[in-house]
Amino acid sequence: MKIYESVEESLEQVKDSDTIMVGGFGLVGAPLTLVEGLTKKDVKGLTIISNNLGEKNRGLGILLNQGKIDKGIGSYFTSNRDVGDAYQKGEIDLQLLPQGTLSESIRAGGAGLGGYYTKTGVGTELVEGKEEREIKGERYIFEPALTADVAIVRAWKADELGNLVYYKTARNFNPIMATAANIVIAEVDEIVEAGELSSEEIVTPHLFVDSVVKAQKILTKEGVIDHE
Amino acid sequence: MSENTKEMIAKRTAQELANKSIVNLGIGIPTLVPKFLQESDVILHTENGMLGISDVSEEKVDPNLVNAGKLPVGEEIGSSFFNSADSFGMIRGGHVDVAILGGLQVDQKGLIANWAIPGKNIIGVGGAMDLLVGAKKIIVTIMHTSKDGSSKIVPECTYPITSIRSVNVIITDLAVFEVRDEKLVCIEVMPGSSEEKVKEKTDAEFIFDLKK
Repeated sequence: MKIYESVEESLEQVKDSDTIMVGGFGLVGAPLTLVEGLTKKDVKGLTIISNNLGEKNRGLGILLNQGKIDKGIGSYFTSNRDVGDAYQKGEIDLQLLPQGTLSESIRAGGAGLGGYYTKTGVGTELVEGKEEREIKGERYIFEPALTADVAIVRAWKADELGNLVYYKTARNFNPIMATAANIVIAEVDEIVEAGELSSEEIVTPHLFVDSVVKAQKILTKEGVIDHE
Repeated sequence: MSENTKEMIAKRTAQELANKSIVNLGIGIPTLVPKFLQESDVILHTENGMLGISDVSEEKVDPNLVNAGKLPVGEEIGSSFFNSADSFGMIRGGHVDVAILGGLQVDQKGLIANWAIPGKNIIGVGGAMDLLVGAKKIIVTIMHTSKDGSSKIVPECTYPITSIRSVNVIITDLAVFEVRDEKLVCIEVMPGSSEEKVKEKTDAEFIFDLKK
């Protein structure tokens, strides 16, 4: 586990064609500092696993407009109209999953499973072609697990070991994504000494976390601002 | 659709909720339902990872405390936060009593279409499919007709369905329907509506069994 002063350096291991999980529900709980770091980095052909691809010209929306994203895997791209336009023009590929399937696939990936069976989506257009089987008289479909090269997540506090705690509904996808990637980079509001976080409150134990960097962008009522 | 009409639907929907039930609200009309609940009548769950939502005053708005519609919310006594996988585990696992959803169409078997419009880019599904397989009771709040006057209560959905599971109750600006054995039963006519109007504006087959 390494604490980085520089966002640029924390993202050094990200390379072309990587699959990157990005935490957040819209901009809430999104690692906005690290996403901005990606917009400044010379990298292309990314597959992004995230509930949304940001909002128009915000968060991952900027990375999309830069043409750095080849594929998006998520549940609700509707929140950014540019995604539909890019898809229409054939600039990006999209894989749409129900939100519960997206999150469970990430959880399964982090837990070392190959996939699982779910009832969600059975009999709908969205799951056409997926393997189906009957379990206890009900129809289920197979969903493969999701993993990534890199996960960038947003937490509230980290200690010097990399243990993470989260803030209110900014938690969302972050803890599960922190389990499912080879390299996990967390941006946090505060870095505290080891021992300051109580063992009961730690949500993400440090073994999942490779790098921590201080957040420079924060979400306020007025929008995204720079940390002073 | 006017604000009053939406509120009328939301008010009627609130009456469907049993005390202390765990309720998940979709985007749109469902978000108006809490206005018509007594404080802590029901416990609200939101799929972005929270149980026990309350109202929030303007000065206490926290940008990192939102519901699935990304609207600011507050914390009820005993509320909790959890990750997205746990949240959908609660939904799929049958731990949520009621989901209140918006819809594009509902058909006479009670099947709902609410995630995709043919011919348009299908780029969002969210949590609707999970709620339909997992919530014990599904209430749909929907305007009876579209802007062009065509019925949204149809013989068979022409839009892609969200689930093969039928919904339980449909509440529109004109009527309340129950789905019994995959058949629509109109149990109530809304204020300002009439049996004739419900018949005229409903393309689906249904019967009346009005509660007196």
